[in-house]
Amino acid sequence: MNHTLTSFTPLAALVGGALIGLAAVMLMALTGRIAGVSGIAARLLPPYEDNEFGGRLAFVAGLVAAPVLVLIVRGHLPEQSIEAGTPVLLAAGLLVGFGSVWGSGCTSGHGVCGIARLSVRSLVATAAFMATGIVTVFLMRHGS
Amino acid sequence: MANLLQFLIGLIFGLGLLVSGMSNPAKVLNFLDFGAVTAGGWDPSLAFVMAGAVAVTFVGFRIVLARSKPVFAERFQLPTKRELDPRILAGPAIFGIGWGLAGFCPGPAFTALGFGSRASLIFVAAMLFGMWLARYLGQLPQPSGLVAPADPLEG
Repeated sequence: MNHTLTSFTPLAALVGGALIGLAAVMLMALTGRIAGVSGIAARLLPPYEDNEFGGRLAFVAGLVAAPVLVLIVRGHLPEQSIEAGTPVLLAAGLLVGFGSVWGSGCTSGHGVCGIARLSVRSLVATAAFMATGIVTVFLMRHGS
Repeated sequence: MANLLQFLIGLIFGLGLLVSGMSNPAKVLNFLDFGAVTAGGWDPSLAFVMAGAVAVTFVGFRIVLARSKPVFAERFQLPTKRELDPRILAGPAIFGIGWGLAGFCPGPAFTALGFGSRASLIFVAAMLFGMWLARYLGQLPQPSGLVAPADPLEG
């Protein structure tokens, strides 16, 4: 199986990462909450425990609108290559959704905000999803 | 006003994912592909994304949390849970398998919706169902001592 090759882009990665961090800091400054996308998205669904639905929906709408803004400003969308077919996408989505809520966070909540807060729980969580992610890709690409 | 600002924050977050390349599942999978380190084709970019994000958040949180309260809320709501229960290992382990299968985690999946692809729609629909299921099962009575409720303030 051929995979889409991507080039190592350390500068863009650092700048993009800094923007993600800036957004996390801004959300904390304004709402006092961790910028964890899984936590925000999960609370768009019932049961509703507070009255912050509008803010969460606005945040997710911003995530969705970002490529539209890039398209308007630059005239083309950034590179994106999705190799998985429908059955894999369904299984992957289910696992990502279930696991991120079961473990109280995903790459943003644990991997960025949690590690920045030096949370031991987030360090353990990040090590766990990195490990199973690496093993899964290894089995998919190099197994058999 | 608060909602408009949260839209802008989501927009900045999404631009970060796009600029860093994390909105591209191929780039994520090429990072997770440690088998390619020696064979060629490994893309270490994601480590730099995390480094940039964690560095800014580390410094920014220290400045922000020194204030008495957030702009639009009465208090900062930080996770208080400390103990390492089975869920803090099992949840992320399950999440990582899904991440490795398709190269999408929740943030990039939502940003991918803006590309208008059918694949991202399928993934996000399944992901939202999985999130609902985990919350539903998490709220059922658990066998005592086996599973502690997740801290709702994390992630």
